[in-house]
Amino acid sequence: MSYLIAFFVGGAICALGQLVLELTGWTPAQLLVILTIIGGVLGGLGLYQPFLEFAGAGALIPVSGFGSSVALGAISEAKRIGFMGLFTGTFEIVGLGLTAAVIFGFLMALVFNPKE
Amino acid sequence: MGKKQGDQTYLFESPPVLIGARAVVGPREAAGPLGQYFDLPIDDPLFGEKTAEKAERRFLIEACNATLEGVGIKNEDVDFFLAGDLLNQIISASFTAREIRLPFLGLYGACSTVAEASALAGFLIDGGFANNVLVGVSSHYQTAERQFRYPIELNLKHKLSSQYTVTGAGAFLYAKKGAGPQLEAATVGKVVDYQITDPNDMGAAMAPAAADTILQHLEDTGRDPDYYDLILTGDLGEVGMQLNAALLEQYGVTLGSRYQDCGAMIYGGNPAHGAGGSGCACAAVTVAGYVLKEMEKGKLNRVLVVATGALHSPLTWQQGESIPGIAHAIVLERQGYS
Amino acid sequence: MTHIAPRDEADRQRRAASYQKLVQRYKPRPPIGRNMLMAFVVGGGLCLLGQIFFNIFLGMALTPREAAAPTLAVMIFLGALATGFGIYDELAEIGGAGAAIPISGFSNTVTAAAMEFKREGFILGMGAKMFVIAGPVLVYGIITGFTVALIRVFLLGM
Repeated sequence: MSYLIAFFVGGAICALGQLVLELTGWTPAQLLVILTIIGGVLGGLGLYQPFLEFAGAGALIPVSGFGSSVALGAISEAKRIGFMGLFTGTFEIVGLGLTAAVIFGFLMALVFNPKE
Repeated sequence: MGKKQGDQTYLFESPPVLIGARAVVGPREAAGPLGQYFDLPIDDPLFGEKTAEKAERRFLIEACNATLEGVGIKNEDVDFFLAGDLLNQIISASFTAREIRLPFLGLYGACSTVAEASALAGFLIDGGFANNVLVGVSSHYQTAERQFRYPIELNLKHKLSSQYTVTGAGAFLYAKKGAGPQLEAATVGKVVDYQITDPNDMGAAMAPAAADTILQHLEDTGRDPDYYDLILTGDLGEVGMQLNAALLEQYGVTLGSRYQDCGAMIYGGNPAHGAGGSGCACAAVTVAGYVLKEMEKGKLNRVLVVATGALHSPLTWQQGESIPGIAHAIVLERQGYS
Repeated sequence: MTHIAPRDEADRQRRAASYQKLVQRYKPRPPIGRNMLMAFVVGGGLCLLGQIFFNIFLGMALTPREAAAPTLAVMIFLGALATGFGIYDELAEIGGAGAAIPISGFSNTVTAAAMEFKREGFILGMGAKMFVIAGPVLVYGIITGFTVALIRVFLLGM
């Protein structure tokens, strides 16, 4: 069941994103930024966690999950240690993803060259 | 002004002769419907080099050397090397000039450069300033992508109207006398900008310039489109080609079936390549390959080549400016035909 | 014969406006429904793949929050690997936003830039340009997260 929900929720987000691209002529970069901001705002409003609990990877994998994770990290650290938590907390959850992207990206670039 | 005809067209008094030309192309182009016409197909788009920029240069050097060897002319007998490409500071052209050591004038007309350079070669020769002028242009899919667009491996779905940069180079040797088709006339185009801002739709940005130059050429010379066996635009692609024809219709000029576009021809409408080919090499290799060989066979006698260029940069696009277009026309005619 | 090139500024604007209509008529229409379907399938498929790993990590007695991190790491690794093999851009040619929106697409932008700019050296090329595409997501993700946390915790006290 969790697989079906992840497939349909994740797929729906991507299909909607594609529709926005087709109708507005935005570049994908613009779409990704908007989705990240939406995720961050929903995370801040406390609405993304119930969505995550419902949809699992369908909410976690899209880039909106990245935005909400930044917000959630900042909120929980700010609650824990105060004002400085706003600064240390943004990378609390997504730090792993960023580090992974840099390390794997670096390793792949060592091994592979672009192909046409 | 004996040689000037009308506002923008020049008829050469003693027409320079295109005594040799070579088209060097990458695998994508060699696999297309014009593949059999290209002189030197290269299997490896990187041409054995480490970077795409070096590879593009290799294509151009190869085309120039093969052209000179083909007609048996020594480097010191060439008076000028007119060349250009799409990269910043036209590095392919100038680094090629460093290799082949000829007096060099670098040009930038984006994808219209081959016609710009050919017109200038005609002026130099017919004006008595030169006997032999070598023209060379190049483009490369990978170098153009990184300069104008994104990394090659980026997740990006191409638009139906977007075009693929042709990997290859074309070189042409114009001489005062010799065997080969004549450069009969040239029309120098104006920059035309109809406020197209979509960089995925270059054909639409350039079509008004092509239409303007064609109209001007016909007006200046008093000719009809059917004076030519073939009217060939550079790289408008399938979308821009229709727009150009539609614009000309508005002015009562029907191009009909004699009208073709290098960009639309080179990949043969393969949908994987969007609306077709583009790049400096697009018009150059199509003329050096297809047009010249068909002229040799006698299947084409008079050809109007209208090479088109988009004169924007990624910077001007990001700053919200529209894409200006330009088109220059040259007339190639089989010797003794008229 | 009239000229296509505009005579003056007013003429230019008039012609540009009428040309835009012509362009709209000849511009190929993208198959929006089909593109959306492919985005749905590819994007949904990637999320389904993520759910498989998520469930595996949940099965290792991790809490959902603990399981999220390794799931993302695996998807990022797979995105980078597929980019290295030159598959991910082809997946995007099929799936469009379906390949761009999942976190593997974020990983693709980093890896594709790293591979592309390696030729300009490890520091000024790869190092400087690795986030040339992914950068905006990071910048606005951090600004948004910072701002909502500031408002929620310190202004609203929630």
